[in-house]
Amino acid sequence: MNSLLRHKGWTWGFRSTILLYFVVLIVLPILGVYYNSFSLGFGNFIESISDPIAWKSVLLTLKLAIIATVINVFLGTMIAWVLIRYKFPGKALLNSLVDLPFALPTAVGGLMILLLLGPGSLIGGIVEALGFEIVFHQPAIVIAMIFVTFPFVIRAVQPLLEELDPSEEEAAYTMGAKGGRVFLRVILPSMAPGMIGGGMLAFSRALAEFGAVVLVAGNIPGRTLVSSVFIFGEVESDNPVGAAAVSIILLTLSFAILWLINMLQMRGRRS
Amino acid sequence: MRRLWIGITYLVFFLLIIAPLGKMTTGAFSQGFDGFWAALTRPEAQHALLMTGLVVVVVTLLNTLFGVMMALYLVRANWINRRLKGLLNSIVDLPYAVSPVIGGLMIVLLLGPDSALGAIFEGIGLKIVYAFPGMVIATLFVTFPLMVREVMPVLQEIGSQQEEAASTLGARAWTTFWRVTWPSIRWAVMYGVILTVARSLGEFGAVLVVSGNIMNKTQTATTLVYQDVENFNVTAAGGVALVLAAFSIGLLLLMEWTKRRKGVH
Repeated sequence: MNSLLRHKGWTWGFRSTILLYFVVLIVLPILGVYYNSFSLGFGNFIESISDPIAWKSVLLTLKLAIIATVINVFLGTMIAWVLIRYKFPGKALLNSLVDLPFALPTAVGGLMILLLLGPGSLIGGIVEALGFEIVFHQPAIVIAMIFVTFPFVIRAVQPLLEELDPSEEEAAYTMGAKGGRVFLRVILPSMAPGMIGGGMLAFSRALAEFGAVVLVAGNIPGRTLVSSVFIFGEVESDNPVGAAAVSIILLTLSFAILWLINMLQMRGRRS
Repeated sequence: MRRLWIGITYLVFFLLIIAPLGKMTTGAFSQGFDGFWAALTRPEAQHALLMTGLVVVVVTLLNTLFGVMMALYLVRANWINRRLKGLLNSIVDLPYAVSPVIGGLMIVLLLGPDSALGAIFEGIGLKIVYAFPGMVIATLFVTFPLMVREVMPVLQEIGSQQEEAASTLGARAWTTFWRVTWPSIRWAVMYGVILTVARSLGEFGAVLVVSGNIMNKTQTATTLVYQDVENFNVTAAGGVALVLAAFSIGLLLLMEWTKRRKGVH
């Protein structure tokens, strides 16, 4: 009996340790941010948000993340298509290179872009001579966002293309449909869930990106200061409550996207 | 048409991945091998690499342990209400949606010197934020879903019949786990470990906020790269970054290998 009791106590302790770890590590910090940004009242939250530097950074982040996502959906779908449908030398190598932006530390990604396009580099010089500005301006932020979110769309579309039954396509051709029409009516609809799902993941990642962006952006308020860098700056200047206000806007947005992706997946599984 | 698409694909890969990687490699060696070596043997670089190594080891151990347990509970436990299980299951993914900087901010807000909890810990002489424990917590937060999400699908797939059979035959929970469950999940765990190592090696935003980036104390390899760039010491940054990139590429190759092994089982 005694040993049984001891056994149960162990199990109970073990279970609560795991759950406690989970709650303390994940749930508590997230609630903490929400609590903190409203801790000085709702008025204070509004005040933090209505600071032009704060809301401009949020709008800028949204704008650039949308641009990066759209480019990525196009590029990603095309690359997924090429990697699945065509056979060519170096295909396996390219396929493994897709994951590199996930594996590389984001700060390293930022440094790579900075070195390639920055002042003093060959491309940077040419671009500057042509009168464009990339590094420390908005294009560099978009490039950094595209770099870190590169694999999402490709990895989401690839399995769908693999599963696509070739007979469907053949049937369409047999019935006299032209290439473009087959693509629009048969292939595109089957790739669409991956394009949307991967695109949303890429978007939420682009919104959150910090490491790559902070190195290549000029971080000038209102022009090249994105939200994550703004939050970092506020923490550095000892204003965590101001940082928390912008954080919960970003967080709420990301959670909404995550929830949407989950909903889409559930619907996909049911049908 | 076909040629055109393949050509564009090659171009995108070249511009986005190969050229930057190549440029960084040549950049790190722009002052010859001696420059690269000097960048790495600086005391602050040595210390930063050591810190990164320590964080990776501690985080990987903890995350593997708790991640596997959490996955087991989320799939198998019948003592958790189904609704609650669904809720916990969706919470697991939240760190994916949280920007690393915000992850770091959360820990500063919760455990920082100005917070109630932080004051208590400081009272007993344990510094969390701007010290090693905080960096570990931040990295644990960021890496939490990786292990759980690798192990859960495998557990769901193998089902619980064999485990039930084992315990019916009188095996203890621990024996059942080692003899029955572990052999089928070990490749998924291995994959999760690689992902965790890669992520904790490269974690930047959360660690930067939590660590305060104090040279020779809480500076990690990634935050050193950042500081070098801020100080316009691009060659030195390139040297450290190249080491990090080499590790990441090694892990990526290991991942491909594991993926193939995982496919076999």
